[in-house]
Amino acid sequence: MKPDPIPSSEITPKDLYLSRREFLKTLGLLAGGAVLAACAPKLAETQSAATAAPRPATASPRPAVTPFSRATADELGDPLNSYKDITNYNNYYEFTTDKQGVAVLARDFPTSPWDVQVHGLVHRPRTFSVDELIRKFQPEERVYRLRCVEAWSMVIPWLGFPLRKLLKEVEPAGSARYVRFEAVYQPEKMPGQKVPFYPWPYQEGLRLDEAMHDLTILATGLYGGELPPQNGGGIRLVVPWKYGFKSIKAIIKIELTAEQPATLWSTVAPDEYGFYANVNPRVDHPRWSQRTERRIGEFGRRDTLMFNGYAEQVAQLYNGMDLRLYY
Amino acid sequence: MNLPSRADNSIIQPRRLTNRRKLLSIGIHAIGLLPLLQLTVLWVRDSLTANPIQFIEQFFGRAALNLLMAVLAVSPLVTLSGWNALIPHRRTLGLYSFFYFVLHFLTFAVLDYGLNWGEILRLSAEKPFIIFGSLAGLILLVLALTSFEYWMKRLKQNWRRLHKAVYLAGALAVLHYALALKGSLATLSGDISRPLAMGALLTLLLILRLPAVRRRIIFLRHQIKK
Repeated sequence: MKPDPIPSSEITPKDLYLSRREFLKTLGLLAGGAVLAACAPKLAETQSAATAAPRPATASPRPAVTPFSRATADELGDPLNSYKDITNYNNYYEFTTDKQGVAVLARDFPTSPWDVQVHGLVHRPRTFSVDELIRKFQPEERVYRLRCVEAWSMVIPWLGFPLRKLLKEVEPAGSARYVRFEAVYQPEKMPGQKVPFYPWPYQEGLRLDEAMHDLTILATGLYGGELPPQNGGGIRLVVPWKYGFKSIKAIIKIELTAEQPATLWSTVAPDEYGFYANVNPRVDHPRWSQRTERRIGEFGRRDTLMFNGYAEQVAQLYNGMDLRLYY
Repeated sequence: MNLPSRADNSIIQPRRLTNRRKLLSIGIHAIGLLPLLQLTVLWVRDSLTANPIQFIEQFFGRAALNLLMAVLAVSPLVTLSGWNALIPHRRTLGLYSFFYFVLHFLTFAVLDYGLNWGEILRLSAEKPFIIFGSLAGLILLVLALTSFEYWMKRLKQNWRRLHKAVYLAGALAVLHYALALKGSLATLSGDISRPLAMGALLTLLLILRLPAVRRRIIFLRHQIKK
């Protein structure tokens, strides 16, 4: 269950990696898994697509991104979770509530090409393809802790770019105060969306200053590879100081608004899920304690950190706010 | 769990039925042991998810709840089918349900919270779903302890009254389940389909147990037989 940190000696040098890329291209192979096998034999052992090593960027027509995760830990020194755990333990109710079942059901979900429409209170509304966003904004690796409201957590090396860059591109109007995100609605491909008890499609929102914060990213990849469908491909939000459900997956629309947008979970249970949903060990979910969490791969529980350990960077966003009221 | 009123006709049975009864008994134990087998298979296949402690905890909880429903289904089944031989097996199923509850609780207290009693007690006092679960478990404990013939004889009529609390345990367990999942009974949305199904089943079983309904069914059954 422990993650397999890749020793730096085993990280493929970039030029070698690029030449391999050409080689593979010439052969027209989708044999990326074999390349990776040398670096992560444990990951490549299993046969199923869901458990195999990351599909490296080599196999895709997209521009190259960091080939592998160069990091082995987050800034607090906690090791990355394994690719297998990250891609096989997913909370993604559009597919199923069974965390292990998501990867299986999402296997054939098409994530490329993928378009995102950015509209609302902006001067230059536009639809972007994820390929274009990747070319334009050059995703970088961000190692973030993800803390689920269900009190488990992981350390994940995302590939992404700050949402701020995209918002600047469309020039928000002065009246814009919030950002609303809407996920894809395709019940024929996402069986969970046929369950009648949810107000699909999934939607989420951020205050504009939260959206402009440097930690807030749109992720297009994972572990140096593509963003697998079960992790929210084509493109997802990652807001590391908020509970995981704020980081909406499979985004197709980003809208700038003047009013605070509705969110799926606060619609389902308004008393339990607030708009802010900042990780806060001192404010419990009415039904579950948020004081501790289990890091996936660890045995005991650990204390949950204020703002998930990002207090230094984000606490000032909430100066003067009663976080019990704005949970 | 032989009820005094039915004890007579279940004691004296023709010999040819003994094999059948043995088979039934084996079948009942198979039902009770099935979750354990299932979990072993999942473990061997490395399918306990990336968060095995939580998975096992929830697995035992579901097993306890399922078997509790099986216990409650016995009487209505006998009413509908007249298959009296099932009656004594309620006790076995009930004890299995209690067994999985104990495993569920131990996983929670030992594996999940590392016997941090301060935290466990705080959670138990603060969180309604843990209170409901604990009450359900407490009822199962009392029923399991008094499930022996000694107590049946000693408590007489009160024994039957006491053991009707199994319905309360069922209701508390369903509530515990509903509140443990990410859904809301107030807005009827979220992850509530399974607790709702369990609640509906429990209600149905309760209705079939009402004396008037039961008498009517038995009457109709005899009519059909004629």
